Amino acid sequence: MKLGRRKFIKGTVAAGAVTAAGFPHIWIKDSSLAYAAGGEIKVGVLFSLTGTTAIVEESLNKATVLAIEEINAAGGINGMQIKAIVEDPASDPATFAEKARKLVLGDRCVSVFGSYTSASRKAVLPVFEKRKNLYFYPTLYEGRECSKNVIYTGAVPNQQQDEFVPWLIEKFGKRWSLIGSNYIYPKEENNYCKKLLTQYGAEVIREEYVPLGHSEFSSVINKFRSEKPDVIFSTVVGDSVVALHRQYRAGGLDPEKMPMASLTTSENEVAAMGGDAAAGHFTSAPYFMVYDSPENHKFVEAYRSRWGGDKVTHFVSEPSYFQVHLFKQAVEKLSAGDISPKTIREAIKGEEMIAPQGKVRIEPENLHSYLWPKIGQCQSDGQFKMLKTTSEWLAPEPYKAYPNQTCTESGLKES
Amino acid sequence: METILAQILTGLSIASILLLVALGLAIIYGTTGVINLAHGEFVMIGAYTAWALQTYVGAGLIESLVVIFFVVALFGWIIEKTVIRHLYRRPLDTILATWGIGVMAQQAIRLAVGGELRYVQMPSAMSSSVSILGIEISAFRLFILALSAAIFGFTWYLMYRTSFGMKLRAITQDREVASCFGIKSKRIYSLTFAYGAGLAGLAGALVSPLKSVSPEMGTTYVVDAFMVVVLGGVESLIGTVASSVILGELTGFLAFYSNDTLAKVLVFLAIVVLIRFRPQGLFAAKIRS
Repeated sequence: MKLGRRKFIKGTVAAGAVTAAGFPHIWIKDSSLAYAAGGEIKVGVLFSLTGTTAIVEESLNKATVLAIEEINAAGGINGMQIKAIVEDPASDPATFAEKARKLVLGDRCVSVFGSYTSASRKAVLPVFEKRKNLYFYPTLYEGRECSKNVIYTGAVPNQQQDEFVPWLIEKFGKRWSLIGSNYIYPKEENNYCKKLLTQYGAEVIREEYVPLGHSEFSSVINKFRSEKPDVIFSTVVGDSVVALHRQYRAGGLDPEKMPMASLTTSENEVAAMGGDAAAGHFTSAPYFMVYDSPENHKFVEAYRSRWGGDKVTHFVSEPSYFQVHLFKQAVEKLSAGDISPKTIREAIKGEEMIAPQGKVRIEPENLHSYLWPKIGQCQSDGQFKMLKTTSEWLAPEPYKAYPNQTCTESGLKES
Repeated sequence: METILAQILTGLSIASILLLVALGLAIIYGTTGVINLAHGEFVMIGAYTAWALQTYVGAGLIESLVVIFFVVALFGWIIEKTVIRHLYRRPLDTILATWGIGVMAQQAIRLAVGGELRYVQMPSAMSSSVSILGIEISAFRLFILALSAAIFGFTWYLMYRTSFGMKLRAITQDREVASCFGIKSKRIYSLTFAYGAGLAGLAGALVSPLKSVSPEMGTTYVVDAFMVVVLGGVESLIGTVASSVILGELTGFLAFYSNDTLAKVLVFLAIVVLIRFRPQGLFAAKIRS
């Protein structure tokens, strides 16, 4: 069809006139009804389904999709269905940013659930801050971030370590060896760990970082053997976790005398290394699959019946699941015309729910979450035995290692 | 003293894994001149074969080794017959082709059995450590050390004491003249390629209880293998062993006295400096060109 210039202008004007008459509010700047147009609420789901971190992120995608399906099956949010737009950022930060832009600008999603690695979160951050959209981030991470456009539902260092470190010192001793992968997350965690150790009068006899993806730990094992630390504090990630545990076991070291205490070993990693290699070591996290609560039984059962009976839930997939329900609670409080990233952010402040791990709450100042840290010991069947749960939830303090900085409602404050 | 001895042993253990991975590559590269970027994927397929035999057949690692060798050798043989042999005179194209084969192998495995990390059970008799001269070392690592020495011995015998090896060396020196003497160079090339692939498969199977098994695992091994071959010099079996030992000990000691991150950097730096001044590697065989 050939479209002449005159005809085109005529058509456009006519269409414009109809639109203007039919939907007057599109002329109002920042009109937000578009976010809940046609009785559905569009959200983005941004977890890698291919590439190096797909192994973990696939389970986060599954937990998110499960929660969305549950909400829709129960009638949606105030009668509106959630429409999930799933994108695959392929474990690549640049692709994360590109897909985030597509979800926010192209699809006009009102919020996006996504990311596992800090690198990918940092990559999408400018998109959400510039476009004033909202990103839900489920992973435990190193803290030290204060964005008004991210809701953080994973643990920050103080939530994983405040109970864990003194407990380990009392049980095993004061000579600690810290080992991590060579990037920002382990360094920040160790930074906070060292503060706690000084506070409790314990000492760090070694602090060491291996390259990401490293798989030859024989020299590291030799160091453990000759120095005999009381506790090996591990923030090694990815397939290195598997290699470290398996070589520790093959080297004949004994978890009873020299346990590894980890912030990164979940049911997922244990399934990849085999229960025999993981047995006896400790992990601190707000959630374990064996946690005994009606909400958790329901979650595990729903997850397995949706995705397969051999699947495991873990401390990143659980926040991926409950943060969607928190999103629902926040949106429920808003009228359809009011739904926008900004109003959702205001509505979610202080919002509470009973998650599989216990009752969680979004802290209004820094948008992180109140969580229930637990200590588990891995068993040879691949599950954890829970040894300790905090008596009360722990407030998130993303800047605890930096006492002169605090994250407030108006942004980062330095004193 | 004890720590130094322990560290020497650790270095040897790292060297034995390097040797296993690099030997196949050195043979293929040395004889056919093909820069086989899919070598890491041969290692990966070996590891997955070990995993599959264990999961679906219930076979232990040691019993499976022979099967694994032949499975991966067959895979290598097919690749040679269908792709590589058409590209012998186009070295740049073989790089691209083998890289493509590697990518396809990774994705095929991912589609077939999923991207999850897997592991292979260590033989129960070797799952703890043994004490030698007062030094504790993993029994399984010792086993790898012994086996890689045996495999090297066998390969050396094959190359220098059998008629197959003699023909192979003749082709390496001059393919045309060797063919004039009635040596079927095509057949020798396919067998060599299959043998190299089989060795890589064995390497993958043997490291699988110590490291994780994933579709991407080959990428790191192919880098290590090239490092060994470049340092040792192509076409030299002794050079491959010597450079494995040098790299293994160097990595082990540097990692022990500093850390693994620094060790990696320094080892790479040393190789770069070395090939600047001795591009043919430490032990280049003298051949007529």
